[in-house]
Amino acid sequence: MSHWIIAPVLLPAIIAGLLVLSMRHHLGLQRVFSLGGAGVLVAIAMGLAAQAASGAVGVYELGGWPAPFGIVLVLDRLSALMVLLTTVLAVAVLLYAIGANWDARGAHFHALYHFQLMGILGAFLTGDLFNLFVFFEVLLIASYGLVIHAGGARRMRAGVQYVVYNLLGSTLFLFALGTLYGVTGTLNMADMAERVAAIPTEDTALLRVGAVLLLSVFAVKAAILPLHFWLPETYAAAPAPVAALFAIMTKVGAYAILRVDTLIFGPDVTATAGILSGLLLFTALITLAVGMIGILGADGLGRLAAFATVGSVGTLLAGLALFTPETTVAALYYTIHSTLAGALLFLVVDMVRERRGAAGDALVSAPPIAAGGMIAALWFGAAIATAGMPPLSGFVGKLLILDAVRGDDWMWLIWTVVLASSLLAILGLAQAGSQIFWKTTEPAQVAGDAPAEAPPPLALPAVAAFTLIGAIVGLTVFAAPVVAYLEATAGQLYDPSDYIAAVLGPEAPEIPPAPDGTGEGAPTASAAPQDEGGA
Amino acid sequence: MEATSDMLPLIVALPFLGALLPGIVIRAGRDTCTWFTLFPTALALLMLLLHAPGVMAGEVYHWRLDWLPGLGLDANFFLDGLGLLFAGLILGIGLLIILYARFYLSKNDPMGQFFTYLLLFQGAMVGIVLSDNILLLLIFWELTSLSSFLLIGYWNHLPEGRQGARMALAVTGMGGLAMIGGMLILGEIAGSYDISVILQHKDAIQASDWYLPALLLILLGCFTKSAQFPFHFWLPHAMAAPTPVSAYLHSATMVKAGLFLMARLWPVLSGTPEWFYIVATTGLITMVIAAVIALFKDDLKGLLAFSTVSHLGLITMLLGFGTEAAALVAVFHIINHASFKAALFMTAGIVDHEAHTRDIKRLGGLRHLMPVTFVIATITALSMAGIPPLNGFISKEMMLKETTYAAWAGNPWLVPALATFGALFSVAYSFRYIWHVFMGPVRDDYPARPHDPGFGMWAGPALLAAIVVGIGVAPFVVEPFVNVVAGAVTGAPQDTHLKLWHGVNAALFMSIAAILGGALLLASHRALEAGWLRAGPPAAKAIFDAIVGAATRAARGLTDGLHDGSLTRFSAIFVVTVTLAGAIAWSTGEIGAPSRATLPIAIVPLIATVLLVGATLCLVAFHRNRLLALVLIGVVGLTVAVGFAYFSAPDLAMTQLSVEVVTIILLLLALNFLPRETPRESSGARRLRDGVLAVAGGGAVAALAYAMMTRDFALPSISSYHLANSYKGGGGTNVVNVILVDFRGFDTYGEIIVLGIAALVIFALTQTVLRGAGGRFLESQGRPGGEAGDRHPLMMVVATRVMMPMALMVGVYIFLRGHNEPGGGFIAGLIVAIALLMQYMASGFAWAEARQRVPYHSTIALGVLIATATGIGAWFNGVPFLTSAHDYFTVPGIAELHLSTAVAFDVGVFLTVLGAVMLALWSLSRMARRTGEPVNVEPMDVNPAADAASSREG
Repeated sequence: MSHWIIAPVLLPAIIAGLLVLSMRHHLGLQRVFSLGGAGVLVAIAMGLAAQAASGAVGVYELGGWPAPFGIVLVLDRLSALMVLLTTVLAVAVLLYAIGANWDARGAHFHALYHFQLMGILGAFLTGDLFNLFVFFEVLLIASYGLVIHAGGARRMRAGVQYVVYNLLGSTLFLFALGTLYGVTGTLNMADMAERVAAIPTEDTALLRVGAVLLLSVFAVKAAILPLHFWLPETYAAAPAPVAALFAIMTKVGAYAILRVDTLIFGPDVTATAGILSGLLLFTALITLAVGMIGILGADGLGRLAAFATVGSVGTLLAGLALFTPETTVAALYYTIHSTLAGALLFLVVDMVRERRGAAGDALVSAPPIAAGGMIAALWFGAAIATAGMPPLSGFVGKLLILDAVRGDDWMWLIWTVVLASSLLAILGLAQAGSQIFWKTTEPAQVAGDAPAEAPPPLALPAVAAFTLIGAIVGLTVFAAPVVAYLEATAGQLYDPSDYIAAVLGPEAPEIPPAPDGTGEGAPTASAAPQDEGGA
Repeated sequence: MEATSDMLPLIVALPFLGALLPGIVIRAGRDTCTWFTLFPTALALLMLLLHAPGVMAGEVYHWRLDWLPGLGLDANFFLDGLGLLFAGLILGIGLLIILYARFYLSKNDPMGQFFTYLLLFQGAMVGIVLSDNILLLLIFWELTSLSSFLLIGYWNHLPEGRQGARMALAVTGMGGLAMIGGMLILGEIAGSYDISVILQHKDAIQASDWYLPALLLILLGCFTKSAQFPFHFWLPHAMAAPTPVSAYLHSATMVKAGLFLMARLWPVLSGTPEWFYIVATTGLITMVIAAVIALFKDDLKGLLAFSTVSHLGLITMLLGFGTEAAALVAVFHIINHASFKAALFMTAGIVDHEAHTRDIKRLGGLRHLMPVTFVIATITALSMAGIPPLNGFISKEMMLKETTYAAWAGNPWLVPALATFGALFSVAYSFRYIWHVFMGPVRDDYPARPHDPGFGMWAGPALLAAIVVGIGVAPFVVEPFVNVVAGAVTGAPQDTHLKLWHGVNAALFMSIAAILGGALLLASHRALEAGWLRAGPPAAKAIFDAIVGAATRAARGLTDGLHDGSLTRFSAIFVVTVTLAGAIAWSTGEIGAPSRATLPIAIVPLIATVLLVGATLCLVAFHRNRLLALVLIGVVGLTVAVGFAYFSAPDLAMTQLSVEVVTIILLLLALNFLPRETPRESSGARRLRDGVLAVAGGGAVAALAYAMMTRDFALPSISSYHLANSYKGGGGTNVVNVILVDFRGFDTYGEIIVLGIAALVIFALTQTVLRGAGGRFLESQGRPGGEAGDRHPLMMVVATRVMMPMALMVGVYIFLRGHNEPGGGFIAGLIVAIALLMQYMASGFAWAEARQRVPYHSTIALGVLIATATGIGAWFNGVPFLTSAHDYFTVPGIAELHLSTAVAFDVGVFLTVLGAVMLALWSLSRMARRTGEPVNVEPMDVNPAADAASSREG
C-alpha cells in the first residue's frame, strides 16, 4: 500500500500543527521547519510526478472505503503536475517571505502558509466533489489569514471583500453540489462521470443547472469575468509573498474547470453539451482583455501585477475553452509559465515597494532605489515573462496557444485579442518600468543627522526571484519534454476511461437497494439499521 | 551545395555569452571593459569570415537542433550570401562602434551596462540574420526590440530617452506581434517553419487564400522595424540614444532587419501585384516624405535619422519592384548605405562631442577647426547625395534606372518622377550637412571649443569613408560579393556588372536634375524653411503621445470604473451572472414531471415556516439595529435546529443548537466593539435594485430546491450503501456520525482544520489590530457605557460553578455515545466550550484563564495532530489513511465498551473545536481588555467569602 498520494495533504497539516503546537514563539525554528517541510514537499511531488508520468492512475481510498462510497484521492498526470508546480512555487515564495522578513510581521505566517498549501494540494488531488469543497474552504480561510497578514487598513478592507465574495462562491458551491447530488446521487467525480453519461433526458435541466453553477464557482476561483471582482484589490493589497503564492490560486479554479469539463461534462456528453465551452471562450477573451487593459491602466505596481494575473487567467482559459487536446496542452504550458511569472512579478513588485518608502508602488517619481540595478534587471525579466515576449516561456506558451486554436471558427478573434492585448501589456509594463526605474527624482538630501533607513535584506529575496527565473528559463529550454508530458496529460484527460476504471474498479459499483421509506419524504439521516447490530 | 557548420550557433551565441562580461569587467577599468567587448565580437566575426570563401563559392551552411519540434520551433541556423552580408555588417560595424563608444561615452556613463546591452543587441541581430526558422527568427526579432529599448533609454535621466525608448518599443513591438501572426500563417501554408523549406513553396504560398493576410502581417513587422511610412516617426525619436547606438542600431543594423526579412522572403512573397503595390508604394512614399522632412531638421542626428528613413524607403521600394535587377540594386545600396551612414552618424557624434551641440543653426565653419572630421563627413555626405565617384552614386544611378521600368497603375512616369523628387531632397540635405556645419565663417559662440578628436574616435569613420571611396572607384571589387548576395535574395544566380559610368541614359539625367535641384533647394533653404514652419507639418510624436495617452487614460478609466471597490456592486454582478447562467442552463435542458408527491401541510412545519419567513423579513426590516438582528438570526438558527429534529436528524439538531449558542455568544462579544446601529448608506434606488436582485436570486434558489425535492434521484444514490454498511464496516449504528468520522472522515478532517485555521486567523488578526491603529482606537474609546453595575453577579458565578462538572459530564457522555447515538466529538467540543464560556462570562475572562493551564493554540494543534496521527495509525495495518479499526473491550465493573479508532479521531475533532472556540473567545477578550476592562482578582464583584475573610483579618 503506497501512501505517498496523501503525503502532500498530510505533511503540511502536520508541519502546521507542529508549528502552532511547539514553535509558535520561536520564529527561527518556524522558518527551519517550514522551509524544510516545503522542501520535502517538492521531493514528494517529484516522486509523484515520476509515478504519474508512467500513465498509471493512482487511487487512494480514504478510510478504506471503495469509491464512490468513500472519498478518494486520485493521482494522474494533471494532478501530479499541479502538485509539483505548487510545491516548487511554495519553496521559492517561502524563501522570499523569510528573506524579506514578511513572516515576522504578524502571527502564524508559517502555519497559515502550510495550511494554505494543504488546501491547494488537496484540491488538486481529490477525486470527490464534496471533498473539493472542503479543500476550497481550507484554502479560502487560510488565504484570508494570509491576505490580512501584517494588517493595515487597506489590507483589512481588501480582506473583507475577498472573504465575503468567496463565501458567496462557497455558498454557490453547496447549491451546485446539492443539485448535482440530487440528480446523480453521487459525489465521486468518476462515478458522476459515468452517471452523467447515462442521465435520462427528463433530468437534464437540473443537471445543466448544477453544472453551470459548479462552473460559476470555479470561475470565481479562477477570476473569470464577471466573477473576478475579488481579485484585483486583494492581490494588490495582500503581502507580496502571499500574492505570489496566490499565483497558483486562480489556477486551482482553472484546474477544476479543466478536470470537471473533461471528466464529467466532457465534450461527448450530450446532457450538458454546449453550455460550457461556448460560454467560456468569450468570457475568457474578455477576461484577457480586461486584465491587459488593467496593466496599462494601473496606477501602482501592485495593481498592475494583479491585473496581469487576471490577464494570464484569460489567456490560459482562451486556450482551454476549445477543449481539444492541442489547446489543452497549450493552456497547461501557459499555466505553468504564468504561475511562475506571476509570482516573480509580485516578488519584484515587493522589492520595489519595500525600498521606495512613502511612494510605495505608486507610479510616481521617487528617488532611485537601493540595489536598483539588480531589481530593475529582475523587473525586466518579470515584465518580459508577463508580456509573453521572447526569449522566456511566455512567448512559447503564446505561440502554442495561437498554434493550437488554428482552424477554429473563432481563430481570428482569439489571435487578435491575444496579440493586441500583448501590446497593451508591453505598453503598460514599459511605462511602469520606466517610471519606477528611470524617471527618478534626485536622491533626497538627508540632513546629515538622520541616517538613511537601511534597505531590507536582498540576499534571500534575490535567490527566490532567481529561482523563479531559473524555472522559467528551464521551462523554455526544456519546452519539448514538458510539452511531451503535457500531451500525454491531455491524452489522459480526453480519454478518461483509465481514470474512471482506476477509481471505480473494473466493474460497476454495486449499490444496495434503498431501504423502505425513501421517496416518502422521510429522512434518511439517522435511520440506522439497528437490526444489524446483533449480526 | 549544402554543408554543416558547427560554428553557426557559436557565432550567434558569442555575443550573448560575451554580454555577461562587460558589466562585471568594468570594475577593471574602461579599457579592459572595451577589450572584453571587442573580443567576442571579433571572434564571432572571424568565425563568420572563415565561412566567407565557402559562401562565395555558393555553399550554404546549416546547423540544426530540435527545440520544440511539435510546434515547429527549432534552433536551426543557416548561412548564405545574404546572411553573410548582414552578419558581416553587424559584427564589422559593431567592432568600429565599440571602439568609437569607448571614447564617446563620458566617465559618468556606466560603460559596462552599455556594452552589455550592445552585445545583447548584437547577438539578437546576428540571430535574426542566421536563423533558418521563422519562429526562432521571431524570438531574435523581439529581442532586438527589447535590447534597443534598453539602449535608447540608456540615458534614462533624459525624458527624450525614456519616451523615445517606449515609442520604439511600442511601434516595433506592435509590428513584432503582427508578425507572429503572419509567420504562423506562412508556416502553416508552407508546412514548415524552416526558411529553407518555405523558400521552396512559392507557388503554394502565393496561391493560398491566406497569402494576403500573411503578407500584410509580416510586412507590418518589417515596416515598423524599418521605419516605413506611416511608422517612420519612432526612428527620429530613438535618436535620443547615445550616438554609437544611433549609428549602430538606427542606421546600420536594426532598422535594416525589416529589409533583411523582406529580402529573405523575397523569393516567395514578391512578384505579386499585392507585393508591388504595398511594398513599392510604401517605400516610395517613405523615401520622398522622409527626404523632405530631413531637409528641415536642425538637429544633426534628426537630419541623419530622416535621411536614414528615406534611404530605407528607397531600398524597400527596390525590393517592392519584384525584379531580380532591382533586388540586386537593393543589396548593393544596403552595403553602401551602411558604409556612409554609419560614418556620418559618427561624425555627427564627434561634432556633438566636441562642440557640445548638434544644432545646425549653432554650427558652421568647422572645417578649419576639425579638418579630419570635415574630410570624412564630406566624403560620406557626398556619397549620400549620390555624387560620383563615390559608392552612393553608383547605387543611386542604378536605383533611378530601375524606377524607369516600374509602371504604377499603368503610369510609367509616376515612380521615376517621385524618385527623382526624393533624390533631389536627398542631395539638398546632404549638401546642407556639409555646408551649414563645416562651411561658412568660424563662429565664436560654440558651446565648447571644437577640435578634432583623438584617433580612436575618428578611426572608425575614416575606415568607412575609405570604403566609400574604394567601392565608388573600384566597384568591381565588391561585384562578386554583391552578385552572391543578390543570388541568395532572388534564389537565382546573378551576374551583374557594377561600374561607375553607365553611359548617357535616363538615370543620368535624373541624377543631374537631382543634384542641380538639390543645390538650388539648399540655396533657398531659408525661405523654404519659413514656409515649412508656417505649414506646421503634423508632429508624429504629438499624435503618438495623444494616442498612447488616451489609451492609458481610457484603460485607467475602465479599470478603475469597473473595479471601484464597491462590494455591493460586485455582489450584485455575482447574483445577476449566476442567476442568469442558471436560468439559461435550465431553459436549454429538459425537465420531467415531479416524481415525488408533495406532503400534506402539517402544523409544525407550517409554524416553523412562518417563523423562518417572519424572522427573515424582520431581519431585513430591522437589520440596522445590530443586537436585534443578532436575536433574529438566532431565531432562524433555532428554527432550523427544530427542523432537523423534526425530520429525525438529532445529530444535526444538536450540532446546530450548540453552534448557534457559541456563535451568538461570540458575536455578542464582538458587537461590543461595533456601533450599535448600521449607518444608512444606500439610496432608495440602490435598495430597490438590491431588493429586486435578492428576490430574484432567492427565488431562483427556492425554485431549484423545489424542483429537486419533488423529484427522486435520477439514478440510485450512494446513501443506501452508507446505511447498509454503517455498522458492519464503520462499527457504529449512528449513520450520521459514521459518515462524519468514517465514510467521509477526511471531509471532517478538513473541516476541523478550517475551524482551527479560523481561530488562528482571528488570533493573528486581533494581534495585528491591537498592535496598530485599531489598538489605539480601542484605547481612546474606553469601555462601552451602559454596563450592568454588577458585572459578575454572585448568583451567576455560583450557578456556573455548579454547572461546570455537569456540563463536562454531558460533554463526555455525548462524546462517547456518538458512534451509536446522536453525539460525537464535534458536538462534545462545542458543549464543553459552552461550559467553559459560562465560567468566563461569570467571572471574567482573565480570571478564568488564569485557572487553566493548557494554551488554546496547543489545543487546536493537538487536535489536528491527534486526528492526523489516528489516520496515519491505519498505515501500520497496511490500510489507507483514516481506515478505522474497532473492537469490544470490557471495562471491569462497568460495561462492555465498544471502541473504535474513530474515537481517537473524534478526540482530535473534540480538541480542535474546543481550542478554536476558546481561542476566538480569548482574542475578543484581549480587545475588551484593551478598552480598559479590568482584570478580576476575585471571582465575583461582591464576594461574601472574601469580605468575610478580610473582615476577620481586619
